[in-house]
Amino acid sequence: MKQLIAAFLFAPATLLAAETGTPIDAAPIDGRDLVSLQSGARTFVNYCLGCHGLQYMRYNRLTDLGLTEAQIRDNLMFSAEKVGETMKIAMSVKDGKAWFGVPPPDLSVIARSRGADWLYTYLRTFHRDAKTATGWNNKVFPNAAMPHVLWKVQEEQSAVQYDTTVRDLVNFLVYAGEPSAQSRKSIGIVVLFVLGVLFIFAYMMKKAFWKDVR
Amino acid sequence: MASRLTALWDWFDSRMPSVGEEYRKHMSEYYAPKNFNFWYYFGVLSMLVLVIQIVSGIFLTMNYKPDATLAFGSVEYIMRDVPGGWILRYIHSTGGSAFFLVVYLHMFRALLYGSYKEPRELVWIFGVLIYLALMAEAFLGYLLPWGQMSFWGAQVIVNLFGTIPFIGPDLALWIRGDYVVSDVTLNRFFALHVIALPLVLLGLVVAHILALHDVGSNNPDGIEIKKTKGANGKPLDGIPFHPYYTVKDTVGTIVFLAIFCIVMFFMPELGGYFLEHNNFIPADPLKTPEHIAPLWYFTPYYSILRAVPPLFNSQFPGVAAMGIATLILFLLPWLDRSPVKSIRYRGAYYKGALAIFIVAFLILGYLGVKPTTVWGQFGFDAFFLDTKDRATWMARLCTLLYFAFFILMPWYTAKDKVKPVPDRVTM
Repeated sequence: MKQLIAAFLFAPATLLAAETGTPIDAAPIDGRDLVSLQSGARTFVNYCLGCHGLQYMRYNRLTDLGLTEAQIRDNLMFSAEKVGETMKIAMSVKDGKAWFGVPPPDLSVIARSRGADWLYTYLRTFHRDAKTATGWNNKVFPNAAMPHVLWKVQEEQSAVQYDTTVRDLVNFLVYAGEPSAQSRKSIGIVVLFVLGVLFIFAYMMKKAFWKDVR
Repeated sequence: MASRLTALWDWFDSRMPSVGEEYRKHMSEYYAPKNFNFWYYFGVLSMLVLVIQIVSGIFLTMNYKPDATLAFGSVEYIMRDVPGGWILRYIHSTGGSAFFLVVYLHMFRALLYGSYKEPRELVWIFGVLIYLALMAEAFLGYLLPWGQMSFWGAQVIVNLFGTIPFIGPDLALWIRGDYVVSDVTLNRFFALHVIALPLVLLGLVVAHILALHDVGSNNPDGIEIKKTKGANGKPLDGIPFHPYYTVKDTVGTIVFLAIFCIVMFFMPELGGYFLEHNNFIPADPLKTPEHIAPLWYFTPYYSILRAVPPLFNSQFPGVAAMGIATLILFLLPWLDRSPVKSIRYRGAYYKGALAIFIVAFLILGYLGVKPTTVWGQFGFDAFFLDTKDRATWMARLCTLLYFAFFILMPWYTAKDKVKPVPDRVTM
């Protein structure tokens, strides 16, 4: 117990040591860009969904991205049967642990814990490293258990094209982290407008009641 | 129509007159000073946030599952699959921080205008009890999303009780109900968060308001308006709470709600200060996060905890300092020896002391969210205690200033050169 509290009290000292010094690039994402989100969804189901689930995300929620349920069924559902299912994976936690050392984490809210910029940098800073088990290493996440799954894509595309591919994928992960983010903002504008109108009437009422108070 | 309503009210009133009596006593014939300023909005706003939290909490409870294997997922279920669920969740998470913000400003108002002084000591004591209950409520509620910060924050805070000599370890075990924070802990924290503490809070709020309405409200001049009454027996400087302050507070409420909604709809995480990034990682008892910080409203006390060096290899002195830092608030009415209440008529000593106290409190709050190495280290070993971290020494200095504000108060408030207080309030 004492050790735990001591670890807690002085743990922050180790924070900087864990930082790698690699600059984090700003991800040029846009949650309203449906083309980019659809492209990100396609990359995700083709390259990521084998190991990483989105267990809180339902396939039919992807209608948010301007897709019909038929399009989702035909293009994005490889292992699921019903369009209302969540985007789970077949790999068990136990197998994941045996194969990779750590089970590949679910990515439903990864953009909310890691942040878009970190993900954008992470997926673009893989490099060859003969010392690791996978032959790959990463600049912002040293000794990551994940190999460079997109290596073939990176090889085939130009640097600019690959940045766009990763941008779209990160854009999709940010969407998946909070699917209601866009409607949240549009509802917010309406709410603020209503409050603004209410404020005018409330202020006039206050003035009227208080005119005899001196 | 109007006469029918009047007849209905007469029917009701003749059978249960106490409703009308209480309404008159606390609303239409409660005379409040007419010179309330900006700082007087935060009492009613605290009550508003309490209601917001209770109502949004009831609906969250309908969809949340207090089970260690389901809790994290049920929050995401609320965020995605429950219609309007994300609104409820963001109302509640923003409300938690908003509650502390308005309560801190409400307490600062009391320090500005001496609202804790005679005859309002009980109002102040009930207020401090509300603050303590609120801290407990916030701590218990923070475990429920079952993220990494929920889990490790609870683990650490419960362990603080474990540092108490002799009974500590057993006490911590009793609170957790297990050897580590677990499903058992989650269940009991849920029960305490949704039933026990809200009941305590509501009871204390009623006591706080009853005590206030018995003695009457203070005001920015610190003048007792009951001393100057008109021919009708009502204070000359008083106006009925309803309608005057109900219409005024409506304006303040709308402004507050607008700020609340800007945060809630456009920046619900507020850069990690209202919803921490690490709390979007499910709780993992085997993986301690590198940096554990409480939410912003606890950080001044967390800084005090970190600042006090361990004694005989025990963290208890820090825990005790943190406890005393909150409990010392109870003594405030008796530490203040000034003959005047309001800062408007106080001298330079109190003004200076209050300014230093607020700056120290804010620095402590800032340092509490940062690692102790945030300002680097001293390059030399001139200090005899355990650390070279500049931030730790700054926190120690601010901790001393925090306590000095209270401990030296009987001296500097008695010595202070006060100005004459007018008989009537100034607008």
